[in-house]
Amino acid sequence: MEGTEGGLRDAQGRRIAPGAKVRSGELEGTVARVEPAYGVLTIITEAARAGKTERMVRASTVEVLEEAPQRPHHEPFIRRYIFSLDHKVIGIQYLFTSLFMALVGGVLAMLIRLQLGWPGVRWGLAAALFPGGFAGGQMKPDFYLAVVTMHGTIMVFFVLTTVLSGGFGNFLIPLQIGARDMAFPWMNMMSYWLLVPAIVVLLASFFVTGGAAGGGWTAYPPLSAIPAAAPGSGLGQTLWLVALAILIVALLFGSLNYITTILQLRTRGMSMMRLPLTIWGLFVTAVLMLLSFPVLFAAAIMLLFDRLGGTSFFVPAGVYVGGEVLSHAGGNPLLWQHLFWFLGHPEVYVLILPAMGMVSDIMATHGRKPVFGYQFMVGSIVAIGVLSFLVWAHHMYTSGMNPLVAMAFMTTTLAIAVPSAVKTFNWLATLWGARIQFTTSMLYAIGFVSLFVTGGLTGVFLAQPPVDIYMHDTFFVVAHFHFVMASAALFGVFAGIYHWFPKMFGRFMNERLGKIHFWLTFIGIYATFFPMHFAGFSGMMRRIYSTQVYAFLADLAPLNVFISVAAFGLGLAQLLFVYNFLYSLRRGPVADRNPWRATTLEWETPSPPPHGNFPDELPVVHRWAYDYSLPGAPDDFVPQTTPLRPAPVAGGQDAGGPQG
Amino acid sequence: MASAEATQDQVLRSEWGGGRSPFAVGWPKLMMWLFLVQDTLTFAGLLTAYGFVRIAAGRWPVQEEIFNLYLVGFMSFVLICSSATMAVAVAASRAGERDRALRYLLYTVLGGLVFLGCQVYEWSHFIHEGARLFNNPWGVPLFSATFFIITGFHGAHVTAGVIYLLVTAVRHQRREIQPESVEIAGLYWHFVDLVWVFIFVLLYLL
Repeated sequence: MEGTEGGLRDAQGRRIAPGAKVRSGELEGTVARVEPAYGVLTIITEAARAGKTERMVRASTVEVLEEAPQRPHHEPFIRRYIFSLDHKVIGIQYLFTSLFMALVGGVLAMLIRLQLGWPGVRWGLAAALFPGGFAGGQMKPDFYLAVVTMHGTIMVFFVLTTVLSGGFGNFLIPLQIGARDMAFPWMNMMSYWLLVPAIVVLLASFFVTGGAAGGGWTAYPPLSAIPAAAPGSGLGQTLWLVALAILIVALLFGSLNYITTILQLRTRGMSMMRLPLTIWGLFVTAVLMLLSFPVLFAAAIMLLFDRLGGTSFFVPAGVYVGGEVLSHAGGNPLLWQHLFWFLGHPEVYVLILPAMGMVSDIMATHGRKPVFGYQFMVGSIVAIGVLSFLVWAHHMYTSGMNPLVAMAFMTTTLAIAVPSAVKTFNWLATLWGARIQFTTSMLYAIGFVSLFVTGGLTGVFLAQPPVDIYMHDTFFVVAHFHFVMASAALFGVFAGIYHWFPKMFGRFMNERLGKIHFWLTFIGIYATFFPMHFAGFSGMMRRIYSTQVYAFLADLAPLNVFISVAAFGLGLAQLLFVYNFLYSLRRGPVADRNPWRATTLEWETPSPPPHGNFPDELPVVHRWAYDYSLPGAPDDFVPQTTPLRPAPVAGGQDAGGPQG
Repeated sequence: MASAEATQDQVLRSEWGGGRSPFAVGWPKLMMWLFLVQDTLTFAGLLTAYGFVRIAAGRWPVQEEIFNLYLVGFMSFVLICSSATMAVAVAASRAGERDRALRYLLYTVLGGLVFLGCQVYEWSHFIHEGARLFNNPWGVPLFSATFFIITGFHGAHVTAGVIYLLVTAVRHQRREIQPESVEIAGLYWHFVDLVWVFIFVLLYLL
């Protein structure tokens, strides 16, 4: 960092910092806030008539009368760790909360496998732990449906969405673009503190009459619209909707902040085409959330009115419940499906795009090689984002829609395979000839590609209506989305945690435990989800309570036992991660500023970064994020802050970089 | 990429931080625009659902027999006028004429309040005639449900806007905020008016 471009100084070179006494034209006062990246600051003036007044002025007009006293940043505990405005603390809060919810969702998954592996068996211990859900030691069907519903809801909305956008998004965006914080720190804090009540409401629904919602994570009416339809359709479903509505507001606060920050607060030299792919993934994700969640919000409002106000948006005439016809008339359950999937399909890309970006960066760093085809990587992220809004009805092929419409949606769905394949081949080309360092995070990044391809291929099957009509709502679909979206995104999360843990906490996680964790998880995932394809082929329904209901499913019992055993192994392996994570927080080996020898801006600042991210002035960016193994360079990586030299192969300019 | 070649120089010289500013607006304004985009989608969700249930219902009450379109027309007129006064307030604030800005901000608030008053009258009249959220005398239950939810949602936006404008007016008068903040409040207000035009056409006229 040379010169003074990054920090703000007046003509005499005195620092403009909070606390300094300054003059700007006729105004005189104390600096309250400085926005270096934007070139403005807020000063508090002591006007005679109106008392204290805040004014915003341009930095270039300011003359410093008295510099701010240098003092370490100190805030009380609550302000610092609980109601913090610092994006790093908020990101870590999101991370911890999501990991806690992952444990909850994981336990629910184990309950599902317990029931499907050994239907009808009495479980003394499980019955003692969940007294409401077991009758005579056997799991009750309505409890099973609630468990399935809540597993999906928690994992999609309260784990993967929140950890990727809330956790990594908050932590990484300002650091990687070279900003001091988010554009609206207060709104950022509100985003997290709305997530907490949403979780409380959601988990509370387990303890109300009738139990938690049981209509599936998609909450299809009429099950979700008529309180008397099923045990879980009562108060549990209402709380589910309320929790989701609160979460939507929280995520919208977050995504407004991410977009604004990425567009407006980039440091000098950080043009859009120099952004690391992580930021591109998070950026398009935030746009998807901004455009899709409001529609679900509108749908949730209407569903709440259906339930509580007696309207019938989603309930058709002539529905019988308990032998009596309901007074609802005129609604249409398909309306919910359209509105839900208009959110729901972009939502799965909300989970995968940040993971894709993070995996690209991790591959470049641990492969010591530039990402192959940066511009195409950016382009395909954007293309996937756009296409994700045009494919929602492929979830509805069996709803009786016009086959012509199904054809159209099949075409757009298959089109998504193109940018996805571009990304996959670019990842492979990045790995080709790379000096791969098989760290845990690199293993997870490679595992991500494997899972994404396995799940993506079955996506091509399911995109076609004739195949889907056979496969719809079977375990084939369960296998498909657990590979392509759930475990792939999870692998992105793990890769990111192992990679950025040193930056977050200043310590390494244990690599040996990490690698054991990786291999157990990788094998566990394939052992658990791959056989589900066969179960689905054989006709096993997606949310079925017991395979003993139909004779033709009896043959699948051994397969289900195998899946369940694998799932338990997979679940147990995660305890290794929990132990490693918690142990390394306090006892891990201390990491220095740039342990992975990476190029991006977050590694230019101490680990963990101080308040305000960059101790002195903001870094200035001179090149793209992938100058690894540059010929002629003294080291095998060149940080983004290193100026371009007028040498023949100068940085990203001619070396196949984004400028070329 | 020809466009990228000039970047390094331009970027380092520019007063703005991250290369060329994409929209040449400050981030509070960008944030309001983004908020309006997402609010647009919320209204779009509601209005799409309205279209869906109306087409699915097959028959729909004739609105002009039920609503007093003169009243609704007057409401729309007031709201559009308030958009005009808002524009004057923004211009006055930019020109540094604080008192004029305050006056026109208060006219705008008055317009919002008149609109809300008319809506209260319209709702109470409608309820008096027997319309309920879940039923009404005209045979299509969703007719009143969509009416209450959509106009209610919009009315909540107008109410929030009136409060927002009052706070803006006070803070602007006390010199706590810049003209840009008034402009941002104006963006919100114009948006609320624009949405009303759609609601007016779709719910009352078509």
